[in-house]
Amino acid sequence: MLKLHGTLPVLSSVTKESYLVTVTKSDKLPKVIRKQRALLRTSAGDESGYKAILTKEQRNNESWRESDIFKISEDQDYLDEGDIIRLDPNSGSFQCLYRKKSPHNTILLTEQCDHYCLMCSQPPKATDDSWLLKEAFELISLIPQDTERIGLSGGEPTLYRDKFIGLLHHIRRSLPNTGVDILSNGRAFKDKEFAKKYSSVNHPNMIIGIPIFSDDPVRHEYVVQSKGAFDDTIRGILNLKEFEQNVEIRVVIHKQTINRLVQTCEFIARNLLFADHVALMGLEITGFTRPNLETLWIDPFEYKDVLSEAVALLNGYGMTASIYNHQLCTINPDARGNYKKSISDWKTEYLEECVSCTKRSECGGFFSSSKKYQHSNHIKAFA
Amino acid sequence: MSKFNGIKFYKAPQSSSYTLLPLRFIPLDKDHYVLTNLAGEYLRIKRGVLVDFLRHKLSAEDPSYIELRARHFLIDETSSIAPDLLALKLRTKYSRLCEFTGLHLFVVTLRCEHSCPYCQVSRQSEDKPRYDMSPEIALGALDLTFRSPSSNIKIEFQGGEPLLNFDLIKLIVEEAKRRNQRVGKNLAFVIATNLALINDGILCFCREHSIHISTSLDGPRVLHNANRPRPGNNSYEKTIEGIKLVREALGRDQVSALMTTTEASLNCVEEIVDEYLAQGFNEIFLRPISPYGFAVKTNSYRAYNTERWLKFYKQGLNYIIDLNHHGIEFIEYYTSTILKKLLTSEDPGYVDLTSPAGIGIGAVAYNYDGYIYASDESRMLAEMGDTTFRLGKVLENSYEEIFSSPKLLEPLEASFAYSVPMCNDCAFEPYCGADPVYHHGIQGDFVGRKPTSEFCSRNMEIFRFLIHKMESDSFVRQLFTRWANSKC
Repeated sequence: MLKLHGTLPVLSSVTKESYLVTVTKSDKLPKVIRKQRALLRTSAGDESGYKAILTKEQRNNESWRESDIFKISEDQDYLDEGDIIRLDPNSGSFQCLYRKKSPHNTILLTEQCDHYCLMCSQPPKATDDSWLLKEAFELISLIPQDTERIGLSGGEPTLYRDKFIGLLHHIRRSLPNTGVDILSNGRAFKDKEFAKKYSSVNHPNMIIGIPIFSDDPVRHEYVVQSKGAFDDTIRGILNLKEFEQNVEIRVVIHKQTINRLVQTCEFIARNLLFADHVALMGLEITGFTRPNLETLWIDPFEYKDVLSEAVALLNGYGMTASIYNHQLCTINPDARGNYKKSISDWKTEYLEECVSCTKRSECGGFFSSSKKYQHSNHIKAFA
Repeated sequence: MSKFNGIKFYKAPQSSSYTLLPLRFIPLDKDHYVLTNLAGEYLRIKRGVLVDFLRHKLSAEDPSYIELRARHFLIDETSSIAPDLLALKLRTKYSRLCEFTGLHLFVVTLRCEHSCPYCQVSRQSEDKPRYDMSPEIALGALDLTFRSPSSNIKIEFQGGEPLLNFDLIKLIVEEAKRRNQRVGKNLAFVIATNLALINDGILCFCREHSIHISTSLDGPRVLHNANRPRPGNNSYEKTIEGIKLVREALGRDQVSALMTTTEASLNCVEEIVDEYLAQGFNEIFLRPISPYGFAVKTNSYRAYNTERWLKFYKQGLNYIIDLNHHGIEFIEYYTSTILKKLLTSEDPGYVDLTSPAGIGIGAVAYNYDGYIYASDESRMLAEMGDTTFRLGKVLENSYEEIFSSPKLLEPLEASFAYSVPMCNDCAFEPYCGADPVYHHGIQGDFVGRKPTSEFCSRNMEIFRFLIHKMESDSFVRQLFTRWANSKC
């Protein structure tokens, strides 16, 4: 797992506040744009005029007077040309927000949420973090236009209401060719006017992923820990589809949802056949899942037949369905057509057992958290 | 103290009650009932549970309670989205009605060189040109065809044997395409032919205009030739040869086949299915004889009863399911039509099994003599002397006169199953249809007496059989889900 954030020793600083900056390895850039770049220093050269310099050497340098100097280590070896980072010269706080080579760049817009899901991977906080949205506006302006996709997640991004729609308009203008994947609980869209505003962004390649955890409203609301959630979310999806927006339905599979997984998929096929994609997702052992592990954990190997049945049903109805966050050796061969390597590259890990596996390159592997805390007891290399 | 609430916190208070949504139920077997909602979703349920449920005594803790709520049979304090979802599904189910007439049958001739005793259209022997449609009638019928608001227009050439008047087919196809250049509808053509007269010239024309061929194949050689006599007793050979020629000239999927069940078919359903397999078809339509034309006159129609036909159908369907078990993808068409209604919100609008009835709305037939009938069966009835469903005449009546004729509207309204006595109470009504032509023909009434209607008993038994099969075998359930969503 990559360390995308941390604290770096500050060797010297000139800037007072934190800022976003694009990483470069080139010390030959025109002076006029050096103020917008952090130089990832590899050897001695003309290093003057850069906003920041990231160096593995301790020694200070005369030409570095105009720059903020941060000491980096092997942990940041992944940094590459075109990545976008946030640096705070006061505290040394560092975060990598965009990696040019990664297909999985997701922007966290808030940690606030009106759900409190049993298995939340990003436990909500009540504190005001609207600076994240402000930063997102800036980040979008820096992200290169050839980026294929970006993700927007939370927390619940729609809590920003119109400001969230404003961000989408900004994305549409700044990155017209970039696909957008949004994660939301969908409840805000029960308000038809809001759904209409969302559709007015008129983005040709935007999809919103919305969770439905059960066809039983009680169970869904128990999982998300919020009364009234089921009807709101379904109404939200209906409104979004009325305005012809792309909607993905996400079902996280765990001990509390597995017993009605097939019925839930049938509910989706009968009532929400117009959804563009259904993702059946394995559990990530992070955030709230860890304290709730006893309530949530079920070995994927134990439910593989149920998963096959659920997938066959969705396939039968002609829906596009994918299995996310599973390992190939824990699903039946008949479900492989729906299997996707889905775990973000920076979180992917494999086990000892996987070293000799012949299907490793087709397998999504594990969340680093799964490897650490809980994974299937039936991981077995394919011969 | 956990910061998470237990599931109990999200349940409705024990003192609260639930409200029933529109529903109907019917016995399935000695232990179970079938419950259907307004949109046609069903639930198989034990009798005792049903009784508790209807008496508002079912506990929210009962596993069936969750099923009943999820399938929109009840609403309670926890969720009230069900009526919206039901409305959405119902709108979807009836959405095809605003399209209006899509299928336009042109009976280009009543002549035929076959002499099938079960002929339901009362064909005429070959040498009587007065049974051919004239070009004037054909062009007048096209005027009416293009008045249909439907964005999909299918012109089907019927007979007799339509290839006996192929020059007229050419005229109609070319003229229809010319007119369609202005309006841009999805225009498709089908020729229903026994293929005995197919030749290179015809094939060439069909290829040029993407005309689909629908033929008759009753089963293996002996059966087919016994059912379908023609000079030379070579109907089977002609048909098989024709199918090959069509496939070569037009493409693999450009020919489909229909079978008719005669008394001689009853004991050989597997052989009939095998014949379809051998000829490279991946579907069959196990079809009983309809009570029209020579089928009545020669008593072919009375040669077996509904019970015997159902045995044939079930045996055939079981065999087809077995084939699929062995990896051979093969569909029974009538079953898949019903399954669409059972498992999806789509009504395929099959003329004989839809409500409101398909007459006029789904299809209209222009007879060789210019008379316009509400369906193919309506003109079959007319050849027997009963012109009840004659809506008017080409070149004499306007589109408005024809399609708002009481002769169409009255049977449509009278037979609408949702408001028909007995059908209204029937849990299978969402899957069934109104067939006013059949009921008028047999019982002298658009509605008919359901307890003695073979249409009713045949379809009811099929619904029960299909639900029973699905509920007792997960393979069948998955197979039927695929059939329900197949394109055919």
